[in-house]
Amino acid sequence: MINKVVSGAEEAIKDISDGATIMLGGFGLCGIPENCINALVTKQVKNLTCISNNAGVDDFGIGLMLKQRQVKKMISSYVGENAEFERQLLSGELEVDLIPQGTLATRCLAAGYGMPAIFTPAGVGTEVAEGKEVRNFNGKDYLMEYAFDADFAIVKAWKGDTAGNLIFRSTSRNFNPVMAMAGKITIAEVEELVVAGELDPDYIHTPGIYVHRIFQGKDYEKRIEQRTVRKRSDDSEI
Amino acid sequence: MFSKEEIAQRIAKEIKDGYYVNLGIGIPTLVANYIPKGINVVLQSENGLLGMGPFPFEGEEDADLINAGKQTITTLPGSSIFDSAMSFGMIRSQKVDLTILGAMEVSENGDIANWKIPGKMVKGMGGAMDLVASAKNIIVAMQHINKAGESKLLPKCTLPLTGVKCIKKIVTELAVLDVLPEGGFKLLERAPGVSIEFIQKSTAGRLVVEGEIPEMRLD
Repeated sequence: MINKVVSGAEEAIKDISDGATIMLGGFGLCGIPENCINALVTKQVKNLTCISNNAGVDDFGIGLMLKQRQVKKMISSYVGENAEFERQLLSGELEVDLIPQGTLATRCLAAGYGMPAIFTPAGVGTEVAEGKEVRNFNGKDYLMEYAFDADFAIVKAWKGDTAGNLIFRSTSRNFNPVMAMAGKITIAEVEELVVAGELDPDYIHTPGIYVHRIFQGKDYEKRIEQRTVRKRSDDSEI
Repeated sequence: MFSKEEIAQRIAKEIKDGYYVNLGIGIPTLVANYIPKGINVVLQSENGLLGMGPFPFEGEEDADLINAGKQTITTLPGSSIFDSAMSFGMIRSQKVDLTILGAMEVSENGDIANWKIPGKMVKGMGGAMDLVASAKNIIVAMQHINKAGESKLLPKCTLPLTGVKCIKKIVTELAVLDVLPEGGFKLLERAPGVSIEFIQKSTAGRLVVEGEIPEMRLD
């Protein structure tokens, strides 16, 4: 068994330096690697290219890195929840590549599966297609999109073991498994780290081969973006 | 003229037993409230869930369980969770039967614009481009005219496109329309009290009116 355990976020990100390209798992604020983001903010690395579906909110998640101008370029599908992001983008301080969500996920998948590119119909005939190769298969046009090339992938899982195997919980899975496969170096922070052997091999979502460093995170805030509830008397379907 | 709730109610009538359905944000989300009783429908949320249930009871919110609108939700018996790549895999391979989404503009050849206003709004397309490029059946819920009375059903979209030649059906506060394969909006139903003349005046693209046009019914 190869031991992947590091002491914490600080050690896990110690070799992430200025100009690095990093993937960050999560959808909105759900399933984001809170500990590593905070460590990157403390370390003050700059000129980062961040690949993440969203850009956090003004005072949480990637928003904390944006506020300190640590991000040179964001590659995302939706950034609507972050006013500072929008300001930096419209003023030209921040470079942004907005790409379709399925394309983002599948470019991660391609990297993890060792495939250089994918063909997807998303964005055909739109500004997303500008400068890209179009191929016709069975009468329908597809764009060629390249696999991502990221120096680091940082993901958050529910449980992990000392061999780097990961299990995700509920919809906090989202981009985490595909990004975990896609990084040259993958860092996983987990809510509960157990000794190898305690997790059932049949229930592993991400095999440890994809994970290079793992640690048990602390003080998870797990902030909720839109708290929607129903009253106990409410019998509506949704 | 229909309210947003009534647009949602009219669209819900298009949902059939056994459908897997993806609902966009805004009016489409409201459609879930009007799914006919007695039919089995599974809602897909593109952040990685099939079988989206109602909002949780107060105090039972789970930060790890949200929908694509980032709202806290619940699962149902038979629900499943998967990663984002698989989520769009099932969309691309047309396992999802029906997609319902909003639009800022639709053109008479079925182009849709719903993600960007140059110089103003840069929220991003999220999953919209994937959905419109792949879905076999898309219904658009949208306003027919803007606050100034200008049509959003156009000969050609003016805003950056989300997808081309992909929209087949539109439900607005004024009417239900099909987009014809050869181009043009075919008027199918009008909202109660709305005249064909008013719909004509409110549709900048080519409007096709043939025969009697019944009023939309919600029951």
